[in-house]
Amino acid sequence: MSDSLPAGVERRAIDGGTRLATRGPPVYGEPTDGEWRAWDPERSKLGGMFELGFDTGLSGGETVLYLGAASGTTASHVADFAGPTYAVEFAPRPTRDLLDVAEARDRLFPLLKDARKPETYAHVVESGVDAIVQDVATRGQAAVATRNARFLEDDGRLLLAVKARSEDVTAEPDDVFTDVLAELEETYEVLETERLDRFHEDHLGVVATPK
Amino acid sequence: MTTDESDAGWFASVPPDDLAAARDAIDGGSAESPADWPRLAVESGFADDSDNYYDRLREATLHATREAVAERERADDRQLIHAVRAVDDCERVANELAERAVEWAGSRFDGVDSGIAGAREIAEREADDDLDRRVISLASRAAALADERDALAATIDRVAPAVAPNLADMAGPELAARLIALAGGLESLAKKPSGTVQVLGAEDALFAHLSGRAPSPKHGIIYTHEFVRGTRPEDRGSAARALAGKLALAARADHYSGEYREVLHEDLRERMATIRARADANGDETGGDDE
Repeated sequence: MSDSLPAGVERRAIDGGTRLATRGPPVYGEPTDGEWRAWDPERSKLGGMFELGFDTGLSGGETVLYLGAASGTTASHVADFAGPTYAVEFAPRPTRDLLDVAEARDRLFPLLKDARKPETYAHVVESGVDAIVQDVATRGQAAVATRNARFLEDDGRLLLAVKARSEDVTAEPDDVFTDVLAELEETYEVLETERLDRFHEDHLGVVATPK
Repeated sequence: MTTDESDAGWFASVPPDDLAAARDAIDGGSAESPADWPRLAVESGFADDSDNYYDRLREATLHATREAVAERERADDRQLIHAVRAVDDCERVANELAERAVEWAGSRFDGVDSGIAGAREIAEREADDDLDRRVISLASRAAALADERDALAATIDRVAPAVAPNLADMAGPELAARLIALAGGLESLAKKPSGTVQVLGAEDALFAHLSGRAPSPKHGIIYTHEFVRGTRPEDRGSAARALAGKLALAARADHYSGEYREVLHEDLRERMATIRARADANGDETGGDDE
């Protein structure tokens, strides 16, 4: 299973258990072992996807566009093992924390932008990124992924966590996921899906590549 | 620079090390499609190599985002109130002026459309004499005021989510701003009971009701919200009451904590789904409202 982890992400004995970890300055008081710091799959959808053995296609050093970076918890781990990482977040308050995370890293570029409007950051974010990581809690998650496909390399990967309750609280999560995947498949080929419920209730992890 | 202005990279007209210019470019710029910016930046001489480009990008995005966050967090409810009142003034005056210009133009030119659209057409005309010049100038001022109104509304769209994230998301930026303006500020809106929020903007109807001349108003300005307007008439009272209750909670969350509360929005969507399900459940019955 650890074959699917990119270089720079390892399972290490930290804090009395085997934990996912990356190397970088600590961010949120996570347990550390030397320069390694634990990556909590319960606080990070992408961490959950790695923990569940998703084949993310990442090998380390990639250029990444991160949509919905929030306070930078997950974005910090991504920037630790990836190459240039563009972090888009729309709300000012969490972006203030994201700035501190970016300040401590060389290749994490914070942007206060709305992921639903990629034209407002296409003059900053480069074309042909290797991966888009998406974790936005708004309705229209498939539309966000579709609109941002313009940034992705032809053989790049979309790593998406779909939150059912953001789309429709009254619908069954499975129905929501079916709808989101159908919309996604107009632009992407879906490679793998699995529920993240062990770490995140009513979330679906998706790996996809442009059609 | 050979690139077309609208599709140029953020660095196109930014002197290296000019952080203020970089901030303006990152904040205000746009492009339909991304491009290989690191390579283009090196080719244009903005950076020596891609490492140097990323160093500059890091400095620029940190600065631009820090400033943008500070500005959004500095935005306050007073500014929003000024902006929403200015929107209304611009709209009213633009319409009045456009009406005057169009009426006048109708006596001089053929085929003049009414309203702002008509004023815009007149503004494009060539003047033959001094009176033409006056009519055309008046029409162009009406059109410019209508543009100002749109620019103010766009500013409200940007500022309202910073001032009141929950209220702006729930009500939409413009209605959020109007509710704050009607209440006289975010703090006073946060202190109002939901029944008052429900009828804000319907003061005339409310006082008519209090003096015994009319039934109680079901909704004030929240009528413009899709949850109310888009609900069948017999359920609108319930919809308005449910929406007002959540708007009052959203205003309190915004005033007292300032953090986005997903659960508020989920609760409202759930409640609205229940109210609207009534229309499907007993669509063939009449009346039966709980007002």
